[in-house]
Amino acid sequence: MFDSLAEKLQATLSDVRGRGTLTEADISAAMREIRLALLEADVNFKVVKSFTNAVKERALGADIIGKLNPGQQVVKIVSDELTELMGGAAHELSFSPRPPTIVVMAGLQGSGKTTATGKLARYLREQHGSSVAVAACDVYRPAAVDQLIKVGKQAGADVYEQGTDRDPVKIAAWARDRAQSEGKDVLIIDTSGRLHVDQELMAELANIKKAVKPHDVLLVVDAMTGQDAVNVAEQFAEVVQFDGVVMTKLDGDARGGAALSVKAITGKPILFASTGEKLDQFERFHPDRMAQRILGMGDVMTLIEKAETAYDEQQAAELERKLRRSEFGLDDFLEQMRQVRRLGPLQSLIGMIPGMGKELRGAKIDEREFDRIQAIILSMTPQERRHPELIKGSRRLRIAKGSGTNVQAVKALIKQFEQMRKVMRQVAQGRMPDLGALMRQAR
Amino acid sequence: MARDWRDLFIVDGAPPSESESEAAPETQERRRGMFRRLRENLRKTRQALTSEIQATLFEDLSDETWERLEEALIYADVGAKTTAQVVGQLEREATEGGISGGEALTERLTELLAEIARAGEDRIDLTPQPTVILVAGVNGTGKTTTVGKLAWHLGQELGQTVVVGAADTFRAAGVEQLEVWAQRAGVGFVKGPPNADPGSVAFDAVAAARRDGADVVIIDTAGRLHTQDDLMAELAKVKRVIGKQIPEAPHETLLTVDATTGQNGLRQARLFSEAVPVSGLVLTKLDGTAKGGIALAIAQELGIPVKLIGIGEQLEDLRPFDASDFARALVTQ
Repeated sequence: MFDSLAEKLQATLSDVRGRGTLTEADISAAMREIRLALLEADVNFKVVKSFTNAVKERALGADIIGKLNPGQQVVKIVSDELTELMGGAAHELSFSPRPPTIVVMAGLQGSGKTTATGKLARYLREQHGSSVAVAACDVYRPAAVDQLIKVGKQAGADVYEQGTDRDPVKIAAWARDRAQSEGKDVLIIDTSGRLHVDQELMAELANIKKAVKPHDVLLVVDAMTGQDAVNVAEQFAEVVQFDGVVMTKLDGDARGGAALSVKAITGKPILFASTGEKLDQFERFHPDRMAQRILGMGDVMTLIEKAETAYDEQQAAELERKLRRSEFGLDDFLEQMRQVRRLGPLQSLIGMIPGMGKELRGAKIDEREFDRIQAIILSMTPQERRHPELIKGSRRLRIAKGSGTNVQAVKALIKQFEQMRKVMRQVAQGRMPDLGALMRQAR
Repeated sequence: MARDWRDLFIVDGAPPSESESEAAPETQERRRGMFRRLRENLRKTRQALTSEIQATLFEDLSDETWERLEEALIYADVGAKTTAQVVGQLEREATEGGISGGEALTERLTELLAEIARAGEDRIDLTPQPTVILVAGVNGTGKTTTVGKLAWHLGQELGQTVVVGAADTFRAAGVEQLEVWAQRAGVGFVKGPPNADPGSVAFDAVAAARRDGADVVIIDTAGRLHTQDDLMAELAKVKRVIGKQIPEAPHETLLTVDATTGQNGLRQARLFSEAVPVSGLVLTKLDGTAKGGIALAIAQELGIPVKLIGIGEQLEDLRPFDASDFARALVTQ
């Protein structure tokens, strides 16, 4: 499922090693593979063109003697450029100094606005302790108001609605006034799905914006959107100048090239990622992870590949630093586990370790086990997730209580995590991990 | 000319409707009107930038010509593989001298694309009594709306009595949404208690249709990602439950695919087909700027044809799929 761009590039550039530098011809050949990979990932055609040109320039200047093999070198350049393009620094919702902060959710039909409204409401309540109201301004779609009422209630937000017989612009204005008088911290306005080429509905959206003067307008985009994402984003940018994007349905296996396209063309950051139908499946967006996903590389896969070839101390140190810098903590562990359910990178890691029993190789993490692990990790503070070695005694007890598990389960998880981290470090240093030892410890 | 409802659906073993020239003048007029409305609908909403191929593209054949053609097809989400195949074939035919001239090449291109689109069995058989149609797809692709539209058209165009089953028991207000559509379409509606097992609702809907002598029963299901193994298993179970009542049912399993979907659409179709026997696609939201080229890739690689297209949010906005119209739209503005 995750095809290996690095492998393909290596095959294309297999005779470069002897020569020592990449020629124009080599790079053109490599660019073809990259272009295909990005198109396969649904990155917009125009974006692919300008992107491959930028990479080409960097690749021409690159010196590849004594480093990673040429294929990996090019992949590294591509990955770095992609991450940069995806927007390195984390972006935030802007909050108003004087509440309520008003957020408007916009997007095409079926993109996941209403669910995202509920999720954002819950997220703000949990993470910021905000009091949140949501407003039902989709008066067209059958039972849309009912849906928001249900979702809003689940999220612990007040739901402002006036049925389906009123002008959405008026409902929005009324909601703003009400949120103000009720002293809400945040008001999230759910709107109806609309085509970017529907002039009437786009005008309505512009009017809603005018009426409520939101601090954030978020464009909700389905991760499986193809080449058309750019058209949609451009039109919405022109008419309502949205501030950020929410990518939805990232729990699927769509590579999500639309994310790159939207960011590249409009310059607007992706703020949130929605990773499932449940309200808590919502998180801050990670540009570097998205870049890797678009390239079809699991974080771990890259490391394995890099470790498979011999390379010098300098590279090993750099990679180790990267591992540390990216702070491979329990959050990342959780992320990897989420991917295992889709036979992702960790599964491949397990599969590639020689000597692992057949049963283990085919092992999938079952739902309940995953939920337990997730609960434990989420009961930790961010600091504890980065430095699980801190977790002893009273912390362990607190986490066990908070997750509804027991101290043994917390201990076992941390052990499992630390073993995995050790394996990855060893692999990154070019050493084959001592799995015998690991297995013995695990028993 | 756009495909007629009687061309898409097999009703009472009668042969497909008579050809264009033999049709009664008023039927022809109706068809022309329908086609006009379709084009209007599509044209008035399509203003954004889309890559277009004009006949002039083929005037002088250079490497650039074929590259631009590739670009246009990729831009339509046809995907690199199918694009390479089509362009490669057209290039061969052009250089081997079989075809020349802008018009002829454009026509041939349209033909090639239409041929691919006409995969497999492209009709829906309504002769089983009742005919059971199962509708499935990823979240947000337009299942419930399509069920409502299809129910209405079956009544309007073909005089069929229809029952719809609300087997989406997961989504907040999913049942209510279908209920509104059923009321608009004037068809029978079957639902279960809140959070009911989808299989049991499907079972009840089929039973109701048999009891009341309805011609067609359409089962709406919850949106699900093809990557969710447990939900795919649930879908397979719904199919089995239906089959327990009527051995050959569901007679038709339609997968809704959003026209804006990129290459992931292929994976969707593949994995859904592994769970249930997908016999056709409904390509939805074609009234936007997306061309739905992924349907071509799906037809090419999996042999599953598009049978219906969704072109708006109103009850009437559903049409039988026409491969030539689709192919032409892929290559023109």
